[in-house]
Amino acid sequence: MSPTSTTVKTLTIDGVQVSAKEGETILEVARQNNIHIPTLCHLEGLSATGQCRLCMVEINGNSRLALACITTVNEGMVVVTQNKLIDKYRRMIVELLFSERNHICAVCVSNGHCELQSTAQQLGVTHITFLYLHPMFALDGSHPRFEVDHNRCILCSRCVRVCDEIEGAHTRDLRNRGSKSLIITDFDTPWGQSQTCTNCGKCVQVCPTGALAEKGKSVAEMSKRRQFLPYLVTRRGGNQT
Amino acid sequence: MTNEELQAIAEKEQAEQSKYRHRIHVCAGTGCVSSRSEDVLATFQDEIKARNLQDTVQVKRTGCMGMCAAGPLVTNQPDDLLYKEMTPELVPAILDSLDGEPYAEKLMDTQAPFFTCQEKSVLELAGIVDPERVEDYIAKNGYIALVRVLNDLSPAEVIQQLMVSGLRGRGGAGYPTGLKWSTVAKADGAKPKFVTCNADEGDPGAFMNRSILEGDPHRVLEGMAIAAYAIGAAQGYIYVRAEYPLAIKRLRIAIRQAEKLGFLGQNICNTNFNFKIDLRLGAGAFVCGEETALINSLEGNRGMPRPRPPYPAQSGLWESPTLVNNVETFANIPGIISKGGEWFARLGTKTSKGTKVFALTGKVANTGLIEVPMGITLREIIFDIGGGIPDGHKFKAVQTGGPSGGCIPESYLDTPVDYESLKQLGSMMGSGGMIVIDDTSDMVDVARYFMQFSMEESCGKCIPCRVGTVQMYNLLGKFQAKEATEKDLKILEDLCDLVCNASLCGLGQTAPNPIISTLRYFREEYTQKLKKSDKVEEVVS
Repeated sequence: MSPTSTTVKTLTIDGVQVSAKEGETILEVARQNNIHIPTLCHLEGLSATGQCRLCMVEINGNSRLALACITTVNEGMVVVTQNKLIDKYRRMIVELLFSERNHICAVCVSNGHCELQSTAQQLGVTHITFLYLHPMFALDGSHPRFEVDHNRCILCSRCVRVCDEIEGAHTRDLRNRGSKSLIITDFDTPWGQSQTCTNCGKCVQVCPTGALAEKGKSVAEMSKRRQFLPYLVTRRGGNQT
Repeated sequence: MTNEELQAIAEKEQAEQSKYRHRIHVCAGTGCVSSRSEDVLATFQDEIKARNLQDTVQVKRTGCMGMCAAGPLVTNQPDDLLYKEMTPELVPAILDSLDGEPYAEKLMDTQAPFFTCQEKSVLELAGIVDPERVEDYIAKNGYIALVRVLNDLSPAEVIQQLMVSGLRGRGGAGYPTGLKWSTVAKADGAKPKFVTCNADEGDPGAFMNRSILEGDPHRVLEGMAIAAYAIGAAQGYIYVRAEYPLAIKRLRIAIRQAEKLGFLGQNICNTNFNFKIDLRLGAGAFVCGEETALINSLEGNRGMPRPRPPYPAQSGLWESPTLVNNVETFANIPGIISKGGEWFARLGTKTSKGTKVFALTGKVANTGLIEVPMGITLREIIFDIGGGIPDGHKFKAVQTGGPSGGCIPESYLDTPVDYESLKQLGSMMGSGGMIVIDDTSDMVDVARYFMQFSMEESCGKCIPCRVGTVQMYNLLGKFQAKEATEKDLKILEDLCDLVCNASLCGLGQTAPNPIISTLRYFREEYTQKLKKSDKVEEVVS
């Protein structure tokens, strides 16, 4: 074997033979080859946590599904990104998200720019099987430029990760647990009074829904700008995923 | 500490104890303490002093004696008399009876099946030794295994003994302990390795780990030290839930005593082996019993699980190779080392060896802590050891494995208890909680109770568990209110499937088990609760 620095692996994704560098995840390789795998918590440049479960794929016919965002490639792997069961699970997960909080697209600042919305469309979610839980969460509009609406939050933790890993402030974290979890600022102080927030707005830009938004935006006006993320990750000399 | 020094301590303590004609043990486990066993102990001490019996009668506190339903318990050695339901007022009567006939009114029959059907190994010293005195443990061959390991065995030989023993993780999943140890031992040596004891016992109705820690804490420390030697670790953590104050207190005392005698610390037993154990208290999250969430919590982060792989054996605490074992697993180690792997493997079934501790609770006559050989049937546990169902009620089901387990009906009571057979029945071994349910309970209520627990304890990280448990809980509520439809039943089953197969950690993956198993064995209790109109529709169509 020649002493190369990286080992190349070949594998099959949805019947297509592809090559990959050792250590790459299935999701990365799939995206390089224009194979779409839905995700909501994953964002290139942030650490992968595997919590939305949407990127589940079948590997080598194994009944236990694996996550594309954290599973690294192996030589000869046979990956199936879509079948009847996986589609059903993905649709149910998205339906569960819609049932959990108050996702009403028609009045949302992110209507048309929302990843939850577009994922639902791609997966063909036309109605919600489950009972809506209709929680009542307060809004925090104490920050001069941004606001947080927990009713639209899907608890993907992207804002927590970007604030910790990219901005280095770790202003955001979670409180409570289960369905009562809430994204908080510092020790649950109003955002406007935060001692650690640098007002950079990265959390707003990575948020997949309208939960974090810029103030002054009306319905469907809040599109997210994430150009900073690949730039900062490249400048630091590595992909963190 | 050499073997000779250890022997000297043991002999001194044995001589000290044999000086007394009577040795009275008062149970000081949490169950008995809550029914005033501390007062009983104090009264014994005062009364002995008043009667000037200090030289003939010894009284001491011990760990759990097992029959918690009849506590506070007191034994009189060496006559092996067991008294139940002791009160301070009864103390003079017991002392009066010491050299004559036993005090019959509160005497228990130690030849009853509750005692004779058990096989004590992990719990052999609970109820015998004073958990707050290391000398007492040493007098009963304590720390012999550690001294032997350090002087005579290589790490590979220790792991070999474990492989021979066939010991499997006692926390519930049943992963072979020897295999886990050898994985950590072979993991990247550049980083420090850690030994972690999972004492975050949180299942409703389970108190096995607590009783071990309260009754015989040194056994766990010894097991951890042997593990550290085998895998090459110098630091250990015991992650114990803060709701166990007595266990924490006794662990603290035990660690201090072990350090003083040189069983923990630097250059243990004059070898170059160093090992330190620190306590970490859990803040009350059930999910922290899951090993990756436990590791996150140990690091000072929010107790949320991480996806596996990488497994903790490769990348755990601070991304170092980490061994995580349950309290009971560690407590099995000293016995395996001093008596040999074959000795341990003599008991049990083909795949599950040794003994298992169960906390027997619910609608059963003899509530308490038991240790039985693997392969014993559920019927023997519930009807022989447990004494059957009280108040003339009928047995309905037994729930094993806590909120992750399932309900097993009467028709499967003759199943031998081991990891595989319980799993086949749709339940699991779990850490050893066993809740007996009689005919007064409704199985939908039982399932909803456990679902409420899982819902409240879900950390919220992954969507299937976070929202799925809430939806399942609400659906079961519809059944209770007799408002559920056929469609709801279908949705419930779909949700069980999703949450089982798509959740991130063990909590979510097993949370639907109470529903799945009750649907499997008691489906009619669900269909009876369907909305009236819906049932009519069904007949028409």
